[in-house]
Amino acid sequence: MTLDTQKAERTPEAVPPVLAQRGELPRWAPWAILVATLVVVGGLLAITGFSIGLWLSASAVVYAIATYAVSRGVEGRRKATDRLVTIVVTVAFLLALVPLVSVITVVVENGLARFDVAFFTQSMRGVVGEGGGGYHAIMGTLIITALAAVMSIPVGLLAAVYLVEYGRGRLARAITFFVDVMTGIPSIVAGLFSFALFALFLGPSVRMGFMGSVALSVLMIPVVVRSTEEMLKIVPNELREAAYALGTPKWRTITKVVLRTAIAGITSGITLAIARVIGETAPLLVTVGLTTGLNLNPFSGRMATLPVFAFNSYAAPGVPREPFIDRAWTAALVLMIIVLVLNLVARLIARVFAPKTR
Amino acid sequence: MTTSTAPPPSATADQPVRQRGDRIFSGLSRGAGVLILVVLAGVAAFLLIQAIPAFVAPTADLPNGQSLSAYIAPLVFGTLLSSIIALIIGTPLGVAVALFITHYAPRKLAQGLSYVVDLLAAVPSIIFGLWGANTLAPASLPLSNWLYEHLGWLPFFAGPVSATGRTMLVLGLTLAVMILPIITAVSREVFLQTPKLHEEAALALGATRWEMIRMAVLPFGRSGIISGAMLGLGRALGETMAVAIILSASGVVTFNLISSDNPSTIAGNIALQFPDSTGISVNVLIASGLVLFVITLLVNAIARWIVNRRREFSGAN
Repeated sequence: MTLDTQKAERTPEAVPPVLAQRGELPRWAPWAILVATLVVVGGLLAITGFSIGLWLSASAVVYAIATYAVSRGVEGRRKATDRLVTIVVTVAFLLALVPLVSVITVVVENGLARFDVAFFTQSMRGVVGEGGGGYHAIMGTLIITALAAVMSIPVGLLAAVYLVEYGRGRLARAITFFVDVMTGIPSIVAGLFSFALFALFLGPSVRMGFMGSVALSVLMIPVVVRSTEEMLKIVPNELREAAYALGTPKWRTITKVVLRTAIAGITSGITLAIARVIGETAPLLVTVGLTTGLNLNPFSGRMATLPVFAFNSYAAPGVPREPFIDRAWTAALVLMIIVLVLNLVARLIARVFAPKTR
Repeated sequence: MTTSTAPPPSATADQPVRQRGDRIFSGLSRGAGVLILVVLAGVAAFLLIQAIPAFVAPTADLPNGQSLSAYIAPLVFGTLLSSIIALIIGTPLGVAVALFITHYAPRKLAQGLSYVVDLLAAVPSIIFGLWGANTLAPASLPLSNWLYEHLGWLPFFAGPVSATGRTMLVLGLTLAVMILPIITAVSREVFLQTPKLHEEAALALGATRWEMIRMAVLPFGRSGIISGAMLGLGRALGETMAVAIILSASGVVTFNLISSDNPSTIAGNIALQFPDSTGISVNVLIASGLVLFVITLLVNAIARWIVNRRREFSGAN
């Protein structure tokens, strides 16, 4: 390559003097520029009208430009670009945190108004204005999600076992590909599928909790397969070979050795899958509908679920509006707490029950 | 295990013992795998069966007396428009966040930071919808006004500015937030797989961190970024509740992002219309769902194809 020959010809003395003279910004310089920017921009905004969002975003832009200019003068173009990119990437990350923080604070603020005992003990039967609660919706969500989990976990687990332990050739490749494709099915399409399936046999006005569970299963199975597959793949082959060497049949090896080693990761993956489908709204909207009363039988009639309850209270409030909006936010808050707790539990399971490697 | 189940000497040495339990278990797991294929085929088949009445019905029987394509076309337009806005905003941001986590954040923080981004992915879409309509929509008004005043000559910001803020722009922003975690997660995985030797070689030649990323990390991770963006696109195309809550849709076809007249999306339209629909309207909605299914299937298949191709041909690991 020409680059190498050029380098080889160059003697140490040939280093351009300009490189050797390039200075370096002291460690405190970026911080000094940051503080100066915040003060100056804050001062300017204090004259024209102050808002914290404008202050921070304007400061970020000014800080990036100022750092680039200073660094370019002292350190040269390449280091200046490096510093600029560092700032841009960091700002992008902070920017990504803004919605997360904002979502959580908004939901907590608005949801706390009705976060009381009545919300967890009363349904909406006969409630016109204030009062009432989401007990029926909480129960509905739990029942429908539990049914979906009961259907999805065995199928997903066994399919993952097939892919990792048995699957060779075209069938396994097809399953892997279509599981990947299935993770991308829009939730509303899963709901329409379940509706189409049941409507064909029971008529178009059929609504029941089980239909929702079927729709959620379509969404949940690929997630369970993917996470279980990942976990089974990292079980060391030595464990399998040791079991075979002792004369253990393959199915006993899988159930007693492979699955047992990976159980922490699998459980954590399944928990995350449940957390993913428990907040799904669209498929339940078209298959389960909504009721005001408690319905504990998933095989007959409409059921209330938290997400649909929240959506309906917000999108089609009664008169007066406020109690409905409040209940919608509280339902959202309860849903968010459930999802976050499930996520936390998943992480804990993965950490606490992980096989001891040392 | 007892020795009574040991294989007869004639069995090949590398084959584990075969029992009846073995056959049952392998049959069960193969059956589960096949069941998944059956379910996916079933999704397509049952949607098709329920959509056929809408395809064959005379135009006069359809809602508003429109033909099926005239009904679905504006919805497809709205779906694509909102998703593309989300993609334009979400992809650079997602890649930057992934870079921050993998190459800029302090090592000890990196794991925790990826949990935080994953949390963003865990928040249910209904909550993003409520947040978008309640918080982001009013907060976007100054931005919309500024865009209208300074960039109003562009068709995108032609105005008049919506008073509620429930616009295509806000929807695009909300969708961008929702697809950000998936783009970040996929890019992060690929960036972490960049061969350490490439990175160190670049640094040893005197490259700055950014030059190292540009020369070693980004070329290696390009397919990861593309497929992450495609997966995000698939998610944005199918997003339902955020659309149903945020957008004030009137079914027009317009590129105007900040007015109160917006095209709806397929998924949002289904969620809003389905509960009150009967008869042929249901079939029409299912037909539109079938169109959405085909679009997302294509997008996802392409994304997966890109990922898998990279896995096969990457000689680095």
